[in-house]
Amino acid sequence: MTSVTLRPGGPLLSGAVYGCLLNVQDELDRLGDAINEAPYNGAPTGPVMYVKTPNTQVADGTPVVIPADVDQVRVGATLGVVIKDTLTRASADQARAAIAGYTLVNDLTVPHDSLFRQPLKRKCRDGFCPIGPALVDAADLPDPDSLTVRALVNGECRQEWRLAELVRPVATLLADISDFTSLYPGDLILVGVSPSAPLAGAGDTVAVEIDGLGRLQNPLVAEGENAR
Amino acid sequence: MKQARIAFEGRVQQAWEDNGKLRLADGRRVEETEVVWLPPVTPGTIFALGLNYADHAAEIASKAPEEPMVFLKGANTLVGHRAFTPRPADATNMHYECELAIVVGKPARNVAKADAYDYIAGYTVANDYAVRNYLEGFYRPNFRIKSRDNCTPIGPWLVDAADIPDPMNLRLTTRVNGETTQEGSTKDMIFDVPFLIEYFSAFMTLQPGDVILTGTPKGTVNVMPGDEVVTEIEGVGALHNTIIERTA
Repeated sequence: MTSVTLRPGGPLLSGAVYGCLLNVQDELDRLGDAINEAPYNGAPTGPVMYVKTPNTQVADGTPVVIPADVDQVRVGATLGVVIKDTLTRASADQARAAIAGYTLVNDLTVPHDSLFRQPLKRKCRDGFCPIGPALVDAADLPDPDSLTVRALVNGECRQEWRLAELVRPVATLLADISDFTSLYPGDLILVGVSPSAPLAGAGDTVAVEIDGLGRLQNPLVAEGENAR
Repeated sequence: MKQARIAFEGRVQQAWEDNGKLRLADGRRVEETEVVWLPPVTPGTIFALGLNYADHAAEIASKAPEEPMVFLKGANTLVGHRAFTPRPADATNMHYECELAIVVGKPARNVAKADAYDYIAGYTVANDYAVRNYLEGFYRPNFRIKSRDNCTPIGPWLVDAADIPDPMNLRLTTRVNGETTQEGSTKDMIFDVPFLIEYFSAFMTLQPGDVILTGTPKGTVNVMPGDEVVTEIEGVGALHNTIIERTA
């Protein structure tokens, strides 16, 4: 197993961090007929992307400050895919060959019902994207779509979901994104978050696990408390 | 002072505006057509405002927003002055958007409007192209319309904030093949520059190099391959871009 410590902003993770909405079948199922009604007016034709900005990106173990105006956050346990070669209008096979490796990501989000506008205030708070602990070489996880993702709160498993539930499997997702947005070496793509994700608040410790990728664990602290 | 990032003689370098030419660090002066222009900043987060001019809001939406309508873009979108932007074959309405871009100069968290200008390094011009028929209803505007490769020309210059005493009173002009198609003034922004610094920094830390595209006034029209589009902001610069066909 080849794995190296991953540090946000470091040489292995120097690019953009993109998330994907509606890439888990359960998200679509829960929307039901609403997907065809206002304001959405129809299913999206391509991947629905968002940005986890640099201010959100923190390493394993770093305390995450829950802002005073936020009650609870959703623990967005997911797989992160790190790119090693530029992908522009790539095929799924090209995309598969361009994956450097995988890591765990916790896409912390203030819960919100409307999916109409980009939810900057809910996804881009400082520290809201723990990443790590390691980058595991793609060759060591030959079938990422068979993995199971777990979200933990205070050590207890609160959600388990399978990447087999992805609407677009990993390589297809990267290929479809690259039709309009090129992916570059060092970019990180979050493959999706299952909507049954648990909630947590200040005082809790949250974690993400996937077999083979270890555990990404971060304490949540209230704003104003000293982050150790 | 107006500075540029260029590729010249086999390397990326900094250059400065000097009487219509580019002055290199070694003192030589070169023509602006001799170099490859790069985006004038290496961007961190790229914020963009939708519907931030009342007249443009009326042009494409029923009402102006009560809170800034913000979206984010990837660095894949940026290209420099005198570059090319591809128009997809199935685009039915691809329009330019001339916008004042703010470049953040130092970390900003909980900054009051009154102090906002202290956190700005400078300004540049952005052309925030949209392929309007790609607009969809989830996390809108979706990446396919607004975060496309090479669809956000930016530059030519990063102009020092000190050289723009009143960024809220600048004329914006777009010319397509020499004909003026869009005119406005930054004084008509709904959420102005100090407001935006306060707004963003209230919930996230802005970092040096973050760029905020502040929206566009009315007058956005469809452009076609071969069109030369010049987006200009008074005192900041005239950004040239040419539309090409997106090849298969």
